[in-house]
Amino acid sequence: MAEKQTGTWTVKVGHAQMLKGGVIMDVTTAEQAKIAEDAGACAVMALERVPADIRREGGVARMADPTKIIEIMDAVTIPVMAKARIGHFVEAQVLEALGVDYIDESEVLTPADEEHHIHKHDFKVPFVCGCRNLGEALRRLGEGAAMMRTKGEAGTGDVVEAVRHARTVLGEIRRIQNMRPEEWMHVAKELGAPYELLVETAKLGRLPVVNFAAGGIATPADAALMMQLGVDGVFVGSGIFKSGDPAKRAKAIVEATTHYNDPDIIAKVSRGLGEPMSGLAARTIPEKEQLAVRGW
Amino acid sequence: MKPETMKIGVLALQGAFIEHIKLLQDLGVAAVEIRKPTELADLDGLIIPGGESTTFGKLAVTFGMIEPLRALCAAGKPVWGTCAGMIFLAKEIGRAQPLLGVLDAKVKRNAFGRQVDSFEIDLMVPVLGAPPFHAIFIRAPLIESVGADVQVLARLDDGTIVAAQQANILVTAFHPELTRDSRFHRYFVEHVGKK
Repeated sequence: MAEKQTGTWTVKVGHAQMLKGGVIMDVTTAEQAKIAEDAGACAVMALERVPADIRREGGVARMADPTKIIEIMDAVTIPVMAKARIGHFVEAQVLEALGVDYIDESEVLTPADEEHHIHKHDFKVPFVCGCRNLGEALRRLGEGAAMMRTKGEAGTGDVVEAVRHARTVLGEIRRIQNMRPEEWMHVAKELGAPYELLVETAKLGRLPVVNFAAGGIATPADAALMMQLGVDGVFVGSGIFKSGDPAKRAKAIVEATTHYNDPDIIAKVSRGLGEPMSGLAARTIPEKEQLAVRGW
Repeated sequence: MKPETMKIGVLALQGAFIEHIKLLQDLGVAAVEIRKPTELADLDGLIIPGGESTTFGKLAVTFGMIEPLRALCAAGKPVWGTCAGMIFLAKEIGRAQPLLGVLDAKVKRNAFGRQVDSFEIDLMVPVLGAPPFHAIFIRAPLIESVGADVQVLARLDDGTIVAAQQANILVTAFHPELTRDSRFHRYFVEHVGKK
């Protein structure tokens, strides 16, 4: 009799493969989760405060209250992700016990460890992590992340950092793809990347796991921009529920993500969306207040 | 029809469509991404991949794809739904969301639990021959009951129906596109929807 195997690498990575071409939306209440699902989100991220509020209010940002996460899980049929602090493996254990579908070990929350990330292979639930460059992406994969995303600069509504991070990761992959095999070890050392994962990436010509964009995406055109640059899907954080008409904007971003190569459709869905989130130019944020620099 | 002369579309509104395209191309089939009704015109068959069925439904309604997709099914073209694709093809799922409603079966979404309950298992699929098929179930649905014209292709040990066929419509609750075993794709292009 065949035995079921759960929590395998294939089902972890496979779940992210099912999210591709989709939009994952930050939500803080069951009501927002319903709006996201009705707009066509392929998953929601349950959190206490959206990044724009974390940035404004300051203080320590932690895993959301389990009551809130359960309310959101009960409200929708699509996958529910939730954030744990970098290195806070007990928050991750709690999220796994609650039954969330993916954990984001996220720089948006205040890090719990300034040297170590969570050893994600220990968990049955899969993890997504942020990255700014290929070395960071492959270190997270080495720790067991089954999905990557750019960090961008969360809570700004400014897409520039997500573009920078996506171009860096994808550009570095193109660079190692064109290298001779004897050059891989040197570049692995240079990037601080696990050698075997770097070789696998060079041979595949892409990350071995699904790679989304996140951090600062606020409009349908932003989402399509990231898709055309070569990511597999997008996270939208503050961009939806900090805008004038969340339901309409959420639907438009979903449509632009599907039809990212069709400017006529992007033009059509971008009309009359009301006020976007107010935004904060990422360049004006002092380094110690940047979220993207968290993670090691 | 030989695989080399076929053109199969893969619905690319959202989800794991690239994986199906690669496996079809390995069989010599011309495989294309489908996002608009006009792209359905000259297809010999269609795959509806895994992803989120609610997302497919919303986008299919917005972009006017529901009726053209139903027409393709009614025309006898081979159509295969994996996981979310199976949900989208079903007549009844016990909740309100846009469906094509062409498969005479009652399907239950997220039937095995949440992501931590996703699993892999070796499955007997008699139409594919004796070696078991390594089946990957991700937040998978199951088939609760089928109509008289639906043939069951595979069951779990406890009897749960996880693959079925109704004339030109093939459904699997699991993801053959996440494996390197192309037997299901070959079965689809060679045996489904033959007149």
